[in-house]
Amino acid sequence: MATLAKPPLSEKPEAVVVRFAGDSGDGMQLTGGQFTLSSALSGNDFATFPDFPAEIRAPQGTLFGVSAFQINFGATDIDTAGDAPDVLVAMNPAALKTNLPALKPGGLVIVDEGEFGKRNLDKAKYDTNPLDDDTLAKYDVLRLDISARTIEAVKPYGLGNKDALRSKNMWTLGLALWMFDRDRTPIHDWLKAKFKGKPEIAAANIAALDAGHAYGETAELAGPLRQVHVDPVPTAPGLYRTLTGAEGIALGLVAGCRLLRLPMFFGGYPITPASAILHHLVRMKEFNVTTFQAEDEIAAICAAIGASYAGSLGITSSSGPGIALKTEAIGLGIMTELPLVIVNSQRGGPSTGLPTKTEQSDLYQAVYGRNGDAPMPVIAARSPADAFDCAIEACRIAVQYMTPVMLLTDGYIANAAEPWRVPDPEAFERMPAEFLEEANGPDGQLLPFKRDAKGARPWIKPGTPGLMHRIGGIEKAVDTGHIDYSPANHQAMTDARKNKIEGIRVRDQQVSVGTKGGKLAVVGWGSTYGPIHQAVTRARRGGLDASHIHLRHIWPLPANLGELLGSYDKVLVPEMNTGQLKTLLRDQYLIDAQPLTKTSGQPFQIAELEAAIATYFDGVPGNAGGNIVPPNDQQLPSTES
Amino acid sequence: MNAPVKIETTLKDWETDQEVRWCPGCGDYAILKAVQRTLPVLGADPKNTVFISGIGCSSRFPYYVESYGFHTIHGRAPAVATGVKLANPELDVWIVTGDGDGMSIGGNHTMHILRRNLNCQILLFNNEIYGLTKGQASPTSRLGTRSPTTPAGSYDRPAKACAFAIGAGARFVARGFDVSKKLPEVLEAAYRHQGAAFVEIFQNCIVYNKDVFDGFAAPKGAEDHQLWLEDGQPMLFANGTKGITLDHNTLQLAIVDVVDGDWQSAGVIVHNVRNRSIAHMLVEIPFPEFPKALGVLYDDPRPSFEGEVMDEKARMSEGKEPNLAALLGKGQSWTVDDEQGHPAE
Repeated sequence: MATLAKPPLSEKPEAVVVRFAGDSGDGMQLTGGQFTLSSALSGNDFATFPDFPAEIRAPQGTLFGVSAFQINFGATDIDTAGDAPDVLVAMNPAALKTNLPALKPGGLVIVDEGEFGKRNLDKAKYDTNPLDDDTLAKYDVLRLDISARTIEAVKPYGLGNKDALRSKNMWTLGLALWMFDRDRTPIHDWLKAKFKGKPEIAAANIAALDAGHAYGETAELAGPLRQVHVDPVPTAPGLYRTLTGAEGIALGLVAGCRLLRLPMFFGGYPITPASAILHHLVRMKEFNVTTFQAEDEIAAICAAIGASYAGSLGITSSSGPGIALKTEAIGLGIMTELPLVIVNSQRGGPSTGLPTKTEQSDLYQAVYGRNGDAPMPVIAARSPADAFDCAIEACRIAVQYMTPVMLLTDGYIANAAEPWRVPDPEAFERMPAEFLEEANGPDGQLLPFKRDAKGARPWIKPGTPGLMHRIGGIEKAVDTGHIDYSPANHQAMTDARKNKIEGIRVRDQQVSVGTKGGKLAVVGWGSTYGPIHQAVTRARRGGLDASHIHLRHIWPLPANLGELLGSYDKVLVPEMNTGQLKTLLRDQYLIDAQPLTKTSGQPFQIAELEAAIATYFDGVPGNAGGNIVPPNDQQLPSTES
Repeated sequence: MNAPVKIETTLKDWETDQEVRWCPGCGDYAILKAVQRTLPVLGADPKNTVFISGIGCSSRFPYYVESYGFHTIHGRAPAVATGVKLANPELDVWIVTGDGDGMSIGGNHTMHILRRNLNCQILLFNNEIYGLTKGQASPTSRLGTRSPTTPAGSYDRPAKACAFAIGAGARFVARGFDVSKKLPEVLEAAYRHQGAAFVEIFQNCIVYNKDVFDGFAAPKGAEDHQLWLEDGQPMLFANGTKGITLDHNTLQLAIVDVVDGDWQSAGVIVHNVRNRSIAHMLVEIPFPEFPKALGVLYDDPRPSFEGEVMDEKARMSEGKEPNLAALLGKGQSWTVDDEQGHPAE
């Protein structure tokens, strides 16, 4: 396993990685979320990684019921949730067991020893208590009976033990707030608002939070516990907010529809991790958003297609297995040339796979996965903030080219949060959609499939006088759209559909880090942006001639990409799949793109990418590179259990 | 409302220039004519009318009606129609489907459009066979139907479309058949119903399932085999010599003789289209033991789905400005007012 050689936490570190881990009922996601807000309010840059089980309430104390939240916050730009935590908070033995391997050597582990009884040790499959043997020998350990201290703190509020223990996470958060010198007021306010109708619960939680904080203050003894201060990151002035990928997508879709001056119709069906987008949109109805929870994935997309036909922008969203169900309807959207946005929040597959874990394995499905020659634009977001821009881009392409567009995101982006400088909508380019209002052919003839210079057909809403016509999934005649199976016509229409999509104008590909031309291009897409960006930056700092190229447009690819990739000696493609973009690049450009793959359900670590990049240079800074033959098809093992 | 303004049209206005591609003698021709004859009566407006279909012989229907039309994919017409109607509730939406399309591959959508009660007309052409794929047994094929996939006769029990519909929560259930003169009346009633109106139309597939409905649809003996239901009228057939009554011991419908037109003393039920219990029985009575129940079996409107969706949208939007800048800045936000990144107080 690759580890980072960082010194133990100093008093003023540049960045700190903290992981909160506990039982799925312990409220770790909530704790992490509030700690994130606190980091934001302290002016730190940050990235988070919530990692939780698929089970809603897995049996208490079990290894598979552990829920974790990792945050990397710092006084410099933060791109990833961090490779290895500096601090691990483990609320029970199972959380310790599953998360300890990730902890940095010499890191601090805070455990609730009140949970380390025989029962919980058995459930975590510990033969002996890890607090008493040498399991934790290479770490700083802080043993606290958080359970008992929480019960003590909330005693005045008359709660039973079970209810009192629910505030354990707040005690822990209080301690963390002290440790990183944070203001408690915003969390107090949040608790008061959250438990508005239950003032005694609010008060108990605040008491637990304050008790955790006070513990830190008074117990700042010799030993591992001490206060650490992380400076704010220099940032452009402006309004900021935390943004998750699901929020970024929802807001971007609303903005896209506003810029197109179209009502939004969103059809969805519950699926992890895509549901959050629908949850956000149902609360934005004042923006002329209609949401529809359909009976299944197929109905969700078909209703969206129907809405697009009737003049709204139809949008649907799902994750891999749901996208598979929608596939036939995507073909209908392509065939009838109606605008449609399909958001795919990818997760581990195939089949049900790993519903709450992240993967990028739906690229083939997005680009190739339909019957017939069915070309469709594919866009991939690289971060929550980028998801906002990508959603607008997807809406634009869908309407301007009259086509379904797939927007790829993944479980990591959907749930992760980052600070986002709130853009001014006045600065966005307006792009009002146009509908055909009168016949467009000679002698007043209507030609529903007559194409404009971009190859797009007109959008005709039912309700428009004099433009009645029929569309469908059967092959249609050029211009008139009448049923037509004739050989020449099918050839012409297949070509027209293909040319339209391949002709979509997308921005030229830029180099994210490094230079055009050189020894090695590291080409990524989607949520691997952060780790690749950091790894290439570090490699360059170490004198290696590597550059980072990150694709937003997966299909069609940017027009300059072939030439750009050809300017490097080697092309390395790290992906959280078995090499799907690699195949696409080889296919399109006949280049020897090399895969670097990982399918453990966990994001790439910076260190493992750095190590892989180094193999191209024999690990030696300044090495000319190109003489080393790196192992083909590098498959990274899971670095976490 | 289905049609806010009545539009003057004739049957010709509803014909397209497309060549009709059904087999000569297919029952679909008669249904098409019945629909084209009914639309002018309704005062329907071609520009606000949308015919939406799935896949199968019946689903070619939209190509032949001069209105907006969408020939979608197998079984999914109700889902597409839901999106159309939610995007523009002013449109008159007609769904054309078949027994394979609506009861088999699309059964799920049929169920949900009915329980949601989307304001539309659903015309299910039931020919008890897969016609377009060359004659396989369908979910409504009778037991023992010989077909390429059931050479020794079908053995899976047939679904009853109207029983399915009412079980799914339909508020309007009616029946007719392709060549029936009364079909336009049934279609008109379906159109007048505010909500999902389910109409099963028995349709003769002359190639793969010829004349399977002759038992009740043939002109000869029709009076004995057809029970045409009319709201407020006694359930009489066989020229008024027989009627339908309720057997109070078994709580089932039964046939009684009516002497000298005195249906009251024979205990014949007066049809009430709002009586859901009777409707449940009417969709279940077996043929030929009973005559085929035809016409409007059930009609008791409830608020429509698109109305509820629009109301909810209006309620949730009330007093809220669609201010995009405010929306983007909502939630956990903070302001940075100097280059050092220190948040403002």
